[in-house]
Amino acid sequence: MSDTVRAWRHIPQRYNLMGSKCTQCGTVFFPQRIICPECRRKGQLEDLKLKGEGKIYTYSVITTPTDEFKEIAPYVVAIIELEEGAKVTAQIVDCDPEEVEIGDEVEMVFRRIREEGDDGVISYGFKFKLKK
Amino acid sequence: MAGIVGYGVYVPSYRIKVEEIARVWGDDPKAISRGLVVTEKSVPAPDEDTATISVEAARNAMKRAIIDPKKIGAVYVGSESHPYAVKPTATIVAEAVDAAPELTAADMEFACKAGTAGMQACMGMVDSGMIEYGLAVGADTAQGAPGDALEYTASAGGAAYVIGNKDTIADIESTYSFTTDTPDFYRREGMPYPSHGGRFTGEPAYFKHVLSAAKGMFDKMGTNASDYDYAVFHQPNGKFYLKAAKKLGFNKEQVEYGLLTPVIGNTYSGATPLGLAAILDEAKAGDRILAVSYGSGAGSDAFSITVNDKIEEKQDLAPKVQDMIKNKRYVDYAVYAKFKDKIKMA
Repeated sequence: MSDTVRAWRHIPQRYNLMGSKCTQCGTVFFPQRIICPECRRKGQLEDLKLKGEGKIYTYSVITTPTDEFKEIAPYVVAIIELEEGAKVTAQIVDCDPEEVEIGDEVEMVFRRIREEGDDGVISYGFKFKLKK
Repeated sequence: MAGIVGYGVYVPSYRIKVEEIARVWGDDPKAISRGLVVTEKSVPAPDEDTATISVEAARNAMKRAIIDPKKIGAVYVGSESHPYAVKPTATIVAEAVDAAPELTAADMEFACKAGTAGMQACMGMVDSGMIEYGLAVGADTAQGAPGDALEYTASAGGAAYVIGNKDTIADIESTYSFTTDTPDFYRREGMPYPSHGGRFTGEPAYFKHVLSAAKGMFDKMGTNASDYDYAVFHQPNGKFYLKAAKKLGFNKEQVEYGLLTPVIGNTYSGATPLGLAAILDEAKAGDRILAVSYGSGAGSDAFSITVNDKIEEKQDLAPKVQDMIKNKRYVDYAVYAKFKDKIKMA
């Protein structure tokens, strides 16, 4: 049940890339934060829905996955620098690993992240695909 | 009457060719292609299902609608491949387009016409003043048993429509439905693949309902085939579609834009909504469209639609059907079988 609760708690960030922005220093965070680590008590954080567009900052090709991800291997996991500045880690879908390069433009897509076996809850959320 | 405020589509990028499926089962690929008028079909990635396809289509529809998502008062997702047996796909879509929580939502099920049933429900609620906007989605990741004729066409895709009566891009003049109890195609609880009546799915099922709904609409509106610039029908294969079009008096030019099954397969609940979207991608102000869905079991919903002058400013705000069709990568039967969970893993 704890995985169900965790999946449910992550819905705003996983479905709609809900992050935070510090109105004091302008830094954008993902996932959401309660306090700005720079401005501390002077900081003021507000919700910011990120657009889901950015560039590949760096990536790795997973060739030896856990059993759960065996059917999609080899697959690419990248750190993506979003337009707003925050970085997110996500799978790059619908591509051959050879096609991916640092600096490639990507956009958010909505996919299955994982499922808890055949009778468990299905977690959905963001992944990214190449714009080219 | 209510109209279309925005529409959006999604087709997975993987494809498998009819000749690749035929190679595995020892069928003659040319005979299959010619018989069904299908050359290839879309295949969902392992992390795609009806919920993800519905969300992508709904987000594209919202790009064209340009409305505050919180003004959506109803979300209906029509499909016969909802990811959960109990737990609505519609709540996932409502949350992902940021329309939740002040709305009603439900999943629709009527074989391949659940998407158009959702559109009708939204029209009724908009026209009665219950809601300002409604979101109706038709999407499927269709199942065909390995080796069955359905495997050549059962594919994945979907389309979403934002229904309202303000700032429409196309106005729905009328809707007419024709429904009977006809067990031509069904899936019992717990069974992985549907069963169908072979030739029985033709005359007493598809043709009877599609033709009756179209003719019912002609009578209701005082129109005939020549009054429409475009027409689209449900398309389990290309052959049925073209035969229905001919019987109703439509020519090739009127029906070719809406025919997608030859290149993406039968997207079931997504089929008529996707075909209609392909027409809206090309339509101009004043164009008149007849759309007729079909769901086994059995019934058809017909819509008589007139496009208005707002269409052109919305057409390029989201990917078009042809963009989705062109974006493709082929898989062989082994990869297809893996993607579709047809391989038993240790």
